Amino acid sequence: MAERFTKSMARNIYLGGSTFFILLFLVLTFDTQSRAMPERDNRDQLTEEVVRGKHVWENNNCVGCHSLMGEGAYFAPELANVFDRRGGADSEVFKAYMNAWMNAMPTNVPGRRQMPQFNLTDQEIDDLSSFLEWTSKIDDNGWPPNIEG
Amino acid sequence: MKYESQRVAMPYFIFALVLFAGQIVFGLVLGMQYVVGDFLFPEIPFNVARMVHTNLLIVWLLFGFMGATYYLVPEEAQTELYSPLLAWILFWVFAVAGTLTILGYLFVDYATLADVTMNKLLPTMGREFLEQPTITKIGIALVVVGFLFNIMMTALKGRKTVVNIVLITGLIGLAVLWLFSFYNPSNLTTDKYFWWFVVHLWVEGVWELIMAAILAYVLIKLTGVDREVIEKWLYVIIAMALITGIIGTGHHFFWIGPPEYWLWLGSVFSALEPLPFFMMVLFAFTMINRRKRNHPNKAAILWAMGTAVMAFLGAGVWGFLHTLAPINYYTHGTQLTAAHGHMAFYGAYVMIVLTIISYAVPIMRGRPYGNSNTAQVVEMWGFWLMTISMVFITLFLTGAGILQIWLQRIPDSGEALSFMATQDNIALFYWARMIAGCFFMAGLVVYFGSFFIKGQASFDEEARGAAVQDA
Repeated sequence: MAERFTKSMARNIYLGGSTFFILLFLVLTFDTQSRAMPERDNRDQLTEEVVRGKHVWENNNCVGCHSLMGEGAYFAPELANVFDRRGGADSEVFKAYMNAWMNAMPTNVPGRRQMPQFNLTDQEIDDLSSFLEWTSKIDDNGWPPNIEG
Repeated sequence: MKYESQRVAMPYFIFALVLFAGQIVFGLVLGMQYVVGDFLFPEIPFNVARMVHTNLLIVWLLFGFMGATYYLVPEEAQTELYSPLLAWILFWVFAVAGTLTILGYLFVDYATLADVTMNKLLPTMGREFLEQPTITKIGIALVVVGFLFNIMMTALKGRKTVVNIVLITGLIGLAVLWLFSFYNPSNLTTDKYFWWFVVHLWVEGVWELIMAAILAYVLIKLTGVDREVIEKWLYVIIAMALITGIIGTGHHFFWIGPPEYWLWLGSVFSALEPLPFFMMVLFAFTMINRRKRNHPNKAAILWAMGTAVMAFLGAGVWGFLHTLAPINYYTHGTQLTAAHGHMAFYGAYVMIVLTIISYAVPIMRGRPYGNSNTAQVVEMWGFWLMTISMVFITLFLTGAGILQIWLQRIPDSGEALSFMATQDNIALFYWARMIAGCFFMAGLVVYFGSFFIKGQASFDEEARGAAVQDA
């Protein structure tokens, strides 16, 4: 680098640039969280059941195999739209499907990927279903591209 | 080694390498489960192996960063470490807590682990990379605070160099951002948004400061280039990292709820994120070209060049490949993400830790000019085996990802293959990745072998080299 460009100039770019962008990031975060998100994440439907369902999701480390809104592991199917894919976007159908599915695991088909048996109660399966249904209704800019997730 | 207390870095480096080996073993288990689905089921389900693989990575990199810090901060500050005893105590606390957590993952059912560690009181578990029980998270926070106290007391009483200031800034950032791991709101979108404050702002933010500072330190030592020049480069690199990386967080906000302006902000700023990594390549190669000395530790020089190049490829190029929103719409959460993750972590953070280990460990073992030529040759074999294997792991996962996108993502609903059907179709790439993973393991064994070769490089080699250079 040319001598005209001094170390203190470089330091000032670092300090000024990072300060500016940290502040901008905080402003954008404030806007996202306080103005935009309430209209996008259907938080009025965030029931007790959904909250309990999120704990079921977390306490069983579901994200260790599945992805949710594209984040997580890529070993098992995306679940942010499983309500639409397997439940036909109908709460009762989806709960029945989830109940049958969770109780049928593991399949024990030799050589196939296995989902453990988590021994969830009927209540827990219903809560988990509600959580996944709520998740499917978040405005996520139209992701995923198709029903397969 | 100018100060006796720098030696406390040694247990940190040794333990980091032990955990690294564990990480690779579990990587192989995961690779196998991708092709033989019921491998080790139900003893080690995929989610457990993955948690062990990723958490070991995070923990051993933290051990590596701490070791690097304990080694270089006293030397830069020209003073002994404030408290070597505290460093030893924190080493054992962190090592025992980390080991217990990993054993907990392996031998206790996760829901039970959540139960017995009283996750209910402050639920933080069950989120990707933040699977640690809340008590472990608190432990990590306490260890990092004690570590920072020790380091800042050391730095403040001595010479204040840019390397120390940047490194400590990065470490403070690491500690502060870790606090977001304790914030787990019931609203999934808010949870995800602030989860990225730990994950993205670590690896695409403050960790880049840590990496650049360690690289700058090693280059000062290996090339003898004037500190003023190196510090100027360091400032430019970290300026680029934060200017692009902070708003670049937006590339994670595309599809998890936040509003549409993030599509633009995230795309534009994260498209610039390769810049600091490109600067690091220029930095490393320019400094080595302009070297004032020929340091006999050739292996360390190779690691320093290697980390810059591989970080640029993995974090920079492979990140850019899928960071623009219209592309990411199709690639988000596919094997392409996994490909990028593997090469980025290896290139930037694994290799920078192995760089400082390659430079500092011989010195701590009483070999100031580096290991013997034989040991260095073996170490370089380890370097090439691991690095080339990682290139192939990345290429095979990229192939798998592109096919996955083609089969599962691009066709319309009704025509697209299901997730599992797609996985069957791309199994060949997973087998190829598995083979590359075995070569990586072989490279790791060779690398470890280099530590057991006796002898050291001599000052004569440097003198001879320098003379040739002058002529």
